Amino acid sequence: MFVAMSESPAFGVYIHWPFCLSKCPYCDFNSHVRRGGIDEERFAAAVAAEIAATAARIPGRTVDTIFFGGGTPSLMKPQTVGAILDAIGRHWTIAPAAEINLEANPTSVEATRFAGYRAAGVNRVSLGVQALDDPALKNLGRTHTADEALAAIAIARKNFERYSFDLIYARPGQTVAAWRAELARAIAEAAEHLSLYQLTIEPETPFYALHEAGKLVIPDDDAGRALFDATQEECARAGLPAYEVSNHARTGAECRHNLVYWRYGEYAGIGPGAHGRLLIDRVRHATATEKNPEQWLARVETHGHGLVVDDALTRDEQADEFLLMGLRLTEGIDPARFQALSGRPLDPGRVADLLGVGFVEKTRDKHLRVTPAGFPILDAVVADLAA
Amino acid sequence: MPSPFRGGMFGPVPWPNLALPPRTPDVIWPAMATAPIKNIRNFSIVAHIDHGKSTLADRLIQLTGAMSEREMVGREQVLDSMDIERERGITIKAQTVRLAYRADDGETYVLNLIDTPGHVDFAYEVNRSLAACEGSLLVVDASQGVEAQTLANVYHALDAGHEIVPVLNKVDLPAAEPDKVKQQIEDVIGLDAHDALMISAKTGLGIHEVLEAIVTRLPPPKGDRAATLKALLVDSWYDAYLGVVVLVRIVDGVLKKGQRIRMMGTGASYEVDRVGTFSPKLTPAEELGPGEIGFLTASIKEVADTRVGDTITDDRKPIEHMLPGFKPAIPVVFCGLFPVDAAQFEDLRAAMGKLRLNDASFSYEMETSAALGFGFRCGFLGLLHLEIIQERLEREFNLDLIATAPSVIYKIKLRSGDELQIHNPVDMPDPMAVLEIEEPWIEATILTPDEYLGSVLKLCQDRRGNQKELTYVGNRAMVKYDLPLNEVVFDFYDRLKSVSKGYASFDYHLTDYHAADLVKMQILVNAEPVDALSMLVHRTRAEGRGRAMCEKLKELIPPHMFQVPIQAAIGGKIIARETVRAFRKDVTAKCYGGDVTRKRKLLDKQKEGKKRMRQFGKVDIPQEAFIAALKVDV
Ligand SMILES: Nc1nc2c(ncn2[C@@H]2O[C@H](COP(=O)(O)OP(=O)(O)O)[C@@H](O)[C@H]2O)c(=O)[nH]1
Ligand SMILES: C[S@@+](CC[C@H](N)C(=O)[O-])C[C@H]1O[C@@H](n2cnc3c(N)ncnc32)[C@H](O)[C@@H]1O
Ligand code: SF4
Ligand SMILES: [Mg+2]
Repeated sequence: MFVAMSESPAFGVYIHWPFCLSKCPYCDFNSHVRRGGIDEERFAAAVAAEIAATAARIPGRTVDTIFFGGGTPSLMKPQTVGAILDAIGRHWTIAPAAEINLEANPTSVEATRFAGYRAAGVNRVSLGVQALDDPALKNLGRTHTADEALAAIAIARKNFERYSFDLIYARPGQTVAAWRAELARAIAEAAEHLSLYQLTIEPETPFYALHEAGKLVIPDDDAGRALFDATQEECARAGLPAYEVSNHARTGAECRHNLVYWRYGEYAGIGPGAHGRLLIDRVRHATATEKNPEQWLARVETHGHGLVVDDALTRDEQADEFLLMGLRLTEGIDPARFQALSGRPLDPGRVADLLGVGFVEKTRDKHLRVTPAGFPILDAVVADLAA
Repeated sequence: MPSPFRGGMFGPVPWPNLALPPRTPDVIWPAMATAPIKNIRNFSIVAHIDHGKSTLADRLIQLTGAMSEREMVGREQVLDSMDIERERGITIKAQTVRLAYRADDGETYVLNLIDTPGHVDFAYEVNRSLAACEGSLLVVDASQGVEAQTLANVYHALDAGHEIVPVLNKVDLPAAEPDKVKQQIEDVIGLDAHDALMISAKTGLGIHEVLEAIVTRLPPPKGDRAATLKALLVDSWYDAYLGVVVLVRIVDGVLKKGQRIRMMGTGASYEVDRVGTFSPKLTPAEELGPGEIGFLTASIKEVADTRVGDTITDDRKPIEHMLPGFKPAIPVVFCGLFPVDAAQFEDLRAAMGKLRLNDASFSYEMETSAALGFGFRCGFLGLLHLEIIQERLEREFNLDLIATAPSVIYKIKLRSGDELQIHNPVDMPDPMAVLEIEEPWIEATILTPDEYLGSVLKLCQDRRGNQKELTYVGNRAMVKYDLPLNEVVFDFYDRLKSVSKGYASFDYHLTDYHAADLVKMQILVNAEPVDALSMLVHRTRAEGRGRAMCEKLKELIPPHMFQVPIQAAIGGKIIARETVRAFRKDVTAKCYGGDVTRKRKLLDKQKEGKKRMRQFGKVDIPQEAFIAALKVDV
């Protein structure tokens, strides 16, 4: 199914749309509310300009995947999406079977645009459903109800061959039994893919302050672990095994764009606060753009791009990133590629110790992968291997 | 945690404007000239810590004009030259200053003041300073009264045959009760205190009277100028410019530049390069006559070549009988010092060598530890000495150190009939081969306000103490206890300070060795013994100590990928156990699109954190865990 490679040949383009109708209290993504509205055409033109500038640095690529993420890309007009896809097609070649994703919020308004996105070329949507329970949605600060979300899923199903939706679990007070029931309903609604994220308290969010003040209590590590284990079990049973820590799919239905990240491939980050990893003269560059939408716009309009970070990564940095991303996948990593990137093999002592305690295992194709016992403590495993 | 040894509770006090202008004597004894012996007074100040010894010394220096106003501006405790002395408000090395004083009788006197350390660890330095003088000022804080070190130090002075002038300091304080304190001095020490001086070293009140008392109440030294040179080697230290400087007290004869001298103890002979006095800066002179205190330099290579207490005589016509000298200072407390960063080992070695140049009472030899790597086993005069050396190494040489459990010297009688002395639990022979272990005991004197007496007694009792005496000094209780030293080196001062809210005072001296039921307790982390944490402890105390150490380690060792058992054991027997839990969940749920940089930075932080830990087998132990485990107060 997956080929081992010393460099992942797939190339992805990420487009960030940084606007939302309201800010969810748990969210620390680069998303901004602009009550006065925005000049969508102007932003789209800037996105196109940045695509041109990026393509000038890494010309001739064939684009395998495109991802409109946010923020809320489903606030874009379908024409805007079309215009951006055109820009990508003008500067690079879009592969005939390219996966073109768009993140959508599951409100009735946004669902009306699904057909338009399809027409513009989008072939996969992921919906931020977050919960199938109205009180929980309210607590998460979401503006849609469960029914609205289900209706949006139905519209997505009609318009797209491939769709996925996100749920946030390990929410305050959530029991394993309640989550299993909710997950069962979600699986019934899912086609081929589900993203299931444990609620993370991110610094500088309203949830963080509440949590610090003891007013928001989330499941502790033991309860979180039980919820995680239940998730793996329910999804595996339903034929949607995890292929990444929080992502589940039928075999072959993985999100190809996200696989580009996790396989540490090449990707361009376009739009405010977008990150890229570009291979320029065989040197991997980490790029990032200005986060603030208006400042990003101004930069692009004056300099032709919004880059604020463009670092050539050292071998050690690349090796660390490769481990951080690759070990999130159940397919694991190719130790030979680690060595090719870092110039040294994985520490055999540490690998042996981890094999010994059963947190990693070797696959038949000599990949090293984290075991089901290791996944819940993946960050510690990676820290151990990377040290 | 503030050091239990910390001195002043008060911030720096500015130099007061004294009512009297500083007196400049009409005749300043020219540095070259020697004073007539009847006009010399050699004295020390003995006091409990913080009772004002250094401040009084400052006032005496100021009033006699030994240092100009300009030199003194912004400085206090001028005799405490090391940073650490100033900060902690303690005197570590004895310091000397020569003052010229024009007395009310119209004559000019030379007053040699040796400022001595007040702390019990340095009793040895106190003793040799006292041996160079004929009298002492006994300074007692009039608001505090007699304390443990007041007693210890005044007894040393009496033993040295000193004439003693009691001085009640801090009478400016509203809480001062000079009459009560006078009574204490009479009752407890047995000194006549009716003409004790009442002063405030801070405001300058009564300083003139102090100077007069030194002249009229303390005796001049005796000595024969015509006799052959006989001098006491009081101290020596290394000076970056002058090399080894020797502090001497001339008993008979004259010491001159160019003279060939002989150290009677070591047999070494040298030609004197320089002689001089302390202003307190080193000030050259032509000669030093009988009764004088001063210094000499003589191209001596190392401090170790000089023996404190030695007798110095004329190489050409040496005297026959040496001066009594003193017992050498021997280390009584030992611990391992290891660099936190293994790469600093060589720096540590160099730093220790440098410190030892000036402190022959501290010893070290290389040691290796499975847990801590390369380091040194060091011997100290006491816990304060240990703390000071560690602090100086860290501060003056920029090192980061871990100290292992302090230990004392145990005498071990083997079944084979052999006897050995150990101060490192690692050297403990197989218990089967051991017939008996003896440990050193001390006699401790503790003074405490009545309200804390119960807690103080309980502490001593818990530490296996035997009460010998309980009396009252005014409204404060004075207890004498026999205590095993190994209980005292383990956090006793901190505990005493805390149970008495800082009011109890403490002093001790070593008495003798007694057999004891001591066992070697080991701490096992993940089933492997951590050598740096093992210790000899009394069987009855092992379990409590072991449990407390395991609990501390459990608290401070972060969760690992697997459970980490922490055990205390005697031989093969586990006496306490805790478990560091394993991570249950430690995984980032969501990645931010392609933002790997953010994750990599988090990883870098994790790595940084790991660097601050000691890798022990598969377990990472933070430095603080070692330190805290060794400080548990059981
Ligand atoms: N109020 C008052 N404070 C004093 C007096 N003499 C010394 N002190 C303070 O007491 C503290 C200890 O004094 P110090 O001379 O360092 O004591 P040492 O430890 O005996 O050398 C310092 O904060 C001094 O400022 C005094 O006469 N009156
Ligand atoms: C980039 S976000 C935006 C998607 C879209 N704007 C929405 O909210 O539906 C993608 C997903 O990350 C997840 N997410 C965001 N913040 C999270 C948090 N603090 N903890 C766990 N998951 C979170 C949500 O499931 C969300 O759908
Ligand atoms: S969770 Fe989605 S909708 Fe909510 S603020 Fe974040 S990006 Fe916007
Ligand atoms: Mg002092």
